[in-house]
Amino acid sequence: MRFTKDHEWVAVEGDIATVGITAYAAEQLGDVVFVEVPEVGKTVAQGEGLAVVESVKAASDVYAPVSGEVVEANAELADAPETVNAVPEAGGWFAKLKLSNPAEVDALMDRDAYEAFLATL
Amino acid sequence: MSMNNVGRPTRPEASNDEAEGFNSLSGGRGLLQDEPLIFELGGWTKTGVDLPDAVPADGALAGLTRDDAIGLPGLSEPEAVRHYVRLSQKNHAIDLALYPLGSCTMKHNPRLNEKMARLPGLSDIHPLQPQSTVQGAIELMDRLAHWLKTLTGMPAVALSPKAGAHGELCGLLAIRAAHEAAGNGHRKTVLAPTSAHGTNPATAAFCGYTVVEIAQTDDGRVDLADLEAKLGDHVAAIMVTNPNTCGLFERDVVEIARLTHEAGAYFYCDGANFNAIVGRVRPGDLGVDAMHINLHKTFSTPHGGGGPGAGPVVLSEALAPFAPTPWVVHDDSGYKLIEEAEGPAAQAFGRMSAFHGQMGMYVRAYAYMLSHGADGLRQVAEDAVLNANYIKARLSDLMSPAFPEGPCMHEALFDDAWLEDTGVTTLDFAKAMIDEGFHPMTMYFPLVVHGAMLIEPTETESKAELDRFIEALRLLAQAAKAGETDRFKNAPHLAPLKRLDETLAARKPKLKWKPVAPAPLAAE
Repeated sequence: MRFTKDHEWVAVEGDIATVGITAYAAEQLGDVVFVEVPEVGKTVAQGEGLAVVESVKAASDVYAPVSGEVVEANAELADAPETVNAVPEAGGWFAKLKLSNPAEVDALMDRDAYEAFLATL
Repeated sequence: MSMNNVGRPTRPEASNDEAEGFNSLSGGRGLLQDEPLIFELGGWTKTGVDLPDAVPADGALAGLTRDDAIGLPGLSEPEAVRHYVRLSQKNHAIDLALYPLGSCTMKHNPRLNEKMARLPGLSDIHPLQPQSTVQGAIELMDRLAHWLKTLTGMPAVALSPKAGAHGELCGLLAIRAAHEAAGNGHRKTVLAPTSAHGTNPATAAFCGYTVVEIAQTDDGRVDLADLEAKLGDHVAAIMVTNPNTCGLFERDVVEIARLTHEAGAYFYCDGANFNAIVGRVRPGDLGVDAMHINLHKTFSTPHGGGGPGAGPVVLSEALAPFAPTPWVVHDDSGYKLIEEAEGPAAQAFGRMSAFHGQMGMYVRAYAYMLSHGADGLRQVAEDAVLNANYIKARLSDLMSPAFPEGPCMHEALFDDAWLEDTGVTTLDFAKAMIDEGFHPMTMYFPLVVHGAMLIEPTETESKAELDRFIEALRLLAQAAKAGETDRFKNAPHLAPLKRLDETLAARKPKLKWKPVAPAPLAAE
């Protein structure tokens, strides 16, 4: 699993990247009440808006940590947004992307680097 | 993801309401009744007015004739009157008690203003009337404009924006027009400090600008070095609130203006807090290019559910040619509104509203100015600042001021460091204030202060009223420190409704209205 400074995570299997927000982000957001996931087929560049997550206190954009085409979105979040709080780095995933530039993944932080980054916040 | 790091609890803890003692049988409370929605009152068959039966209009509606009841609630006049009066009893208002919401400037609305605003010559007029028939109203706009320009030391003012954020939009549109006229349309960045009102970055983004944050110093001011590093040929404007949202005067404001102008950018000042410096500081002398003035804050016109706002924008010499129409001119033949973007208004960027702005607010603000006079307005600012400093001084031994060094301006700002280890949060403390009979202060804003509690008493309050407020807060603070967490955890205990579960309300909204079956159409 790789991480961004904007608190997204990516898990890659083959050329498919699963994307979500980190446990730290879910904790900071507070109770998530709504998630807008992207439509399948949408193409996003790294850093572009991928999804929207709304908690009781704020609505936030989730940026695409890597470039690619959306091949699947987590439809279950529509009825169960609390999944993002319960299991942010597993069942609370937002979308799966078909990687268009796999090299982008390697440039992201690994867990140790992300933990070290969090310690500076 | 973009993230707001300031947390607050959004759910009440497990309830121990059964410990709260006496409950009435019907849900009433003292002489206050439990109030249903108006749609749940009275059914559908009654009516408070006596109208003739409608004439069928089948032919004229192109097949769109209503074929079902519309379901308006059926109430007699006394039922309707009582419903709204009972709702109003559950409201808080500046006419009931101190209203300490920081950043909102909830000051008394003098009754003289209301009397003036109701004069038939000012209230019973229409914006499309011939100008020759409303010369007095237009003259009042001209005099108000004169006062606003004089108090701010600025050469021009656009009266028509209808609120603070609308004024921000007006100011940035003037700035954008000035840049484009000078061939500087490539400047696409607006700088705003982290403590800015949320409307500042929102306005800039709405105008198509990219927003970059300016860091803040440990003592709550704009970080000059960071500002200087971020200024450049790509920057269109900076947006700085002065006094800022931490209730502090931007000590380096003249240098901020110098650096901004040196970089070819304009200085937009958010004037929401002008009430703290009116009569003492002229923004024009500080190098400000554009600033909105919330008439509904500084000049006491009603707001917050009590009436519309008004956000006139004063403009510097450089921006004045781009001011939106309309504006007032006068000569020997009388007063006239410049409405079209031609002649002297050839460079106007457009207009902010269909007509001329909030006439009722103009009258109230002008009445406030005239009744106070120049010396009185100066005292308004002095008293507002004195009152805030009195609160800060009297609470600082129990609560932790966010910026203990030096005086504050019109707002006393505390953080939640003093609540550490008490198990009580800023939210709990604010809710407990309701039980004590006081409306809470602004909480969790500004975002740069942890668990912020922002108190703005305004000049309205007497020392006796401030003392009552302070005493209530001191008792609560002592209770929090003494470990009386039950008093706080599910507060308010004495309000008609208990604390909301905001999370549940958002995830599973309970749409309470279940209409009884409407009466069939009379014709059926």
